Amino acid sequence: MSSETQTILTTDGIPLEESLKKAEKKNKIKAFLLVCPLLLFLIITYVFPIGDMLFRSVDDRMVTNMLPKTYKAMEQWDGKELPPEEVFEGFYLDYKKLVEEKTFGKLATQLNYEKNGFKSILKKLKRKMKKFEEGNYKEQIMSVHKRWADVEYWRALKRRAPAYSYSKYLKGVDMYENEDGKIVQVPEDRRIHKILWVRTVEVAFFVTVFCFLMAYPIAHLLATLPMKYSNLLMICVLLPFWTSLLVRTASWMILLQQQGIVNDFFVWIGLVTDDNRPEMMYNKVGTYVAMTQILLPFMVLPLYSVMKTISPSLMRAGKSLGGTPFIAFWKIYFPLTIPGIGAGCLLVFILAIGYYITPALVGGASGTLISNHIAFHMKSTLDWSFASAMGLMLLTGVLAIYWIYNKLVGVDNIKLG
Amino acid sequence: MPNNEQFVRFDKVDKSYDGKVLVVKDLNLDIAEGEFITMLGPSGSGKTTCLMMLAGFETPTNGEIYLDKNPISNIPPHKRGIGMVFQNYALFPHMTVYENLAFPLRVRKVSKEDTDKKIDKALSMVSLTGFENRMPGQLSGGQQQRVAVARALVFDPAVVLMDEPLGALDKNLRESMQYEIKHIHESIGVTVVYVTHDQGEALTMSNRIAVFNDGKVQQLSSPDKLYEEPVNSFVAEFIGENNRFPGQVTDVSKDKCKVKLDDGSEILANPIAVKSSGEKTIVSLRPERALINTKEKMENNFKGKIEEVIYHGDHTRVRLNLLGNKDFILKVPNSSANMDIKLGNQINVSWNSFDARALDSK
Repeated sequence: MSSETQTILTTDGIPLEESLKKAEKKNKIKAFLLVCPLLLFLIITYVFPIGDMLFRSVDDRMVTNMLPKTYKAMEQWDGKELPPEEVFEGFYLDYKKLVEEKTFGKLATQLNYEKNGFKSILKKLKRKMKKFEEGNYKEQIMSVHKRWADVEYWRALKRRAPAYSYSKYLKGVDMYENEDGKIVQVPEDRRIHKILWVRTVEVAFFVTVFCFLMAYPIAHLLATLPMKYSNLLMICVLLPFWTSLLVRTASWMILLQQQGIVNDFFVWIGLVTDDNRPEMMYNKVGTYVAMTQILLPFMVLPLYSVMKTISPSLMRAGKSLGGTPFIAFWKIYFPLTIPGIGAGCLLVFILAIGYYITPALVGGASGTLISNHIAFHMKSTLDWSFASAMGLMLLTGVLAIYWIYNKLVGVDNIKLG
Repeated sequence: MPNNEQFVRFDKVDKSYDGKVLVVKDLNLDIAEGEFITMLGPSGSGKTTCLMMLAGFETPTNGEIYLDKNPISNIPPHKRGIGMVFQNYALFPHMTVYENLAFPLRVRKVSKEDTDKKIDKALSMVSLTGFENRMPGQLSGGQQQRVAVARALVFDPAVVLMDEPLGALDKNLRESMQYEIKHIHESIGVTVVYVTHDQGEALTMSNRIAVFNDGKVQQLSSPDKLYEEPVNSFVAEFIGENNRFPGQVTDVSKDKCKVKLDDGSEILANPIAVKSSGEKTIVSLRPERALINTKEKMENNFKGKIEEVIYHGDHTRVRLNLLGNKDFILKVPNSSANMDIKLGNQINVSWNSFDARALDSK
């Protein structure tokens, strides 16, 4: 008992643990210095910008900072009827300052996200404001446009008061906080994001299934063929991998378009008539075909690396013990490939769920995915906070899938090769 | 009822993989029911191919294999009912020991109680009772080996094939497993076809041994006969140690022949594969058949110079330069008082002509 509690000393009388730490210290410093450049690079180019981007999704200080007096006055307002004179006065003063600084455009954009129609009445207010007299701003502002007398717009303004908000996340799942502070769904005809989410998961799921169905036999062949043939086949699998993504997607466009090679072939063998060529591009079919082809190597490689380690004598043992080839495959070979299946499916699914270029080029309207929508908000509407909110939602989804996978299969069982 | 002498029968079996080289040439081999037969040979001699043809993983290019008088070439492996122990055990790594053993029973739709009974019996046979719930990866090499043997026997196959099953074990374990497999064979009387390249293993375990070389069975006989009476120089060389004297036959009488060696001296030998004078031959003599300084009267007496003495515990190996053969090996028991075995000494070596077998010259 005592020997367990007693600290062990080295021959010099220094506690063993301390001595070990000292001896290991040099190695630790060396190891740290070796990874230091990469670590810095990652922090500067990856952790920091992504963190900043994600912060934008909840950061709503811009409007808050633009209208300090308005929000100060609004604290007293219960939001039921039109706000009192103080709110109008505060708003007038804040807006006047913004007009002088020429930053009112940003406010208009932000408020228009909150409620459509804000932009035009703000512009109109800007023009009319020059002739405003001092005092009774409520009347004067309300006379500019009838919407200014609509309490809904003031409520919308009040909703932007907190410095941090999760409204972008609600918007991402087609919900919003209504006038009573309840979270409700947007009208049915405006629920575009839900469709996109479902479609993204659906496409990712089916692409994973197609990849699995196609990759399993290929990987099996690769693992069992003699070296000289398997090398050739491996090059066939990897060759598209080495070709630019853009080139591959473009070649699918050539193949799949209505006057394209595949359709020509269908007409030639008499499957379809010339004036009735099926559309295989700018819809889900195109997305499925091109993404399956592009992601196939990500499924083949983990499967192959696992299958390579399965001794052929196991199948033989199964057969010699009386199992039909199917039973030997199903009870012996297949369970042993599960780590590869898990790794391949996880890899393909995660890549597919965030896929961008291919659906953008061959997907058309019905084949675009959530990532295309994120890009749309990044580039066209410049609503970065919404884009980053959706990005974070996507990331959370992927992490959730990873977590479920870990619970079901165990990450230790993944084999990436 | 006498045992079926042709329980397994290879009838004129040829096998070629590439259409150019025959791996197995005109193989005719009968295996009796309940026999332990070993296919012994260097690697590439065709012995494993024979086993794979019997198991059904390779098809004969020509000829037919019969199991209990039924041709089996067109029967797939899983319908042959032949148990097999593989070189690397081939235990299913994702199944427990119990599940491994239950696999052949489940595919045969054996009831749960019978399955349990049979597995208990098989595990106690290889003294692994209580290991049912272990995974193969948690077992030592020897234990895995036993599980593999138990699995091959659990469904009561008529024939069990073993493909170098002890190759991956260390020496001591290998020896104890040899006895264990031998005892299992004796207690249940199953027909065993065993493949190995280890002659010690073959000699210890088998009823009969088929020595393979170059796709052919060189000799098929019991272990003692194989060792004492090799029919050709390959077998003599491959089984045990062997002193070789190449020479030319000068005279053949009924059971003796004179062989003139390359250095000019003549020895008396037993004509096994030579018929007339003038033939080239290799005379083969087992080291323990030659005695030193003996008082017995023997037909061949020569003097040799001791080149090397190696102590082996129970015996001493002595290398002599005798009749132009610099690698003449003698085994001298350490109990005997042969004290003048010293490097450089000249000693008298004698042997009977019966033990010096004049074989083919290959």
